Amino acid sequence: MAIEVRIPTILRTYTGGEKAVDARGETLAALIDDLEASHPGIKDRLLEARDDGQSDLRRFVNVYVNDEDVRFTGGLETTLSDGDQVVVLPAVAGGSRPGPTA
Amino acid sequence: MLRLDRRLYDAIVAHAKRDHPDEACGIVAGAEGSDVPSRHVPMVNAAGSPTFYEFDSTELLALYKEMWARDEEPVVIYHSHTATEAYPSRTDIGLANEPGAHYVLVSTRDHGNSEGPVEFRSYRIIDDEVTEEPVEILDSSQNQHQSA
Repeated sequence: MAIEVRIPTILRTYTGGEKAVDARGETLAALIDDLEASHPGIKDRLLEARDDGQSDLRRFVNVYVNDEDVRFTGGLETTLSDGDQVVVLPAVAGGSRPGPTA
Repeated sequence: MLRLDRRLYDAIVAHAKRDHPDEACGIVAGAEGSDVPSRHVPMVNAAGSPTFYEFDSTELLALYKEMWARDEEPVVIYHSHTATEAYPSRTDIGLANEPGAHYVLVSTRDHGNSEGPVEFRSYRIIDDEVTEEPVEILDSSQNQHQSA
């Protein structure tokens, strides 16, 4: 089950410059583990530890499955099927406030 | 160095003044690899805040898909500071994720929504390092001269 994952410029250092890579997984969490196996280091750029020890998507990283932001489709538990399109995009955000946490 | 057509400069400044006292944000797209900003895309500040900006996540995807379809990239990413100088904050630096882009900051603190000059400065932000660069505004006669 191959799923195409679109990689943003800032993370292409992990994919040898590739704009898109194939990965496998029945959920987004499994897909990210598979990405990590082929492109070590990328998982840490996508996920962060929550207070309860579980991982979650980083606040300023957006992941879309078939054009839907996964925050609205179950987050890391979002299920995937063959041929789905996954896009990773860092947020475009900032501002004069002193700290980046929203 | 950032070279920018006067019409694009004017459009960015007008957007910043219009949205004051909230921060305004947007991009200027250009052909991939050209470093030439050509298509202004003002974005909604989904944070609607005087101290923070963020593109709406759905609009962000639509914007990037449109750029990919046109073989474009974000050449300029701009936003305004409405009470402070046009210099990247720690927030701006921490969230700068387009290493190829010119990060433009406009400060509207002096004249707000009114006529009057603004601070308009451009930076590269790579691996948390900020490098200011000169900005050259191109008048249309210069453009014709350059493309001739």
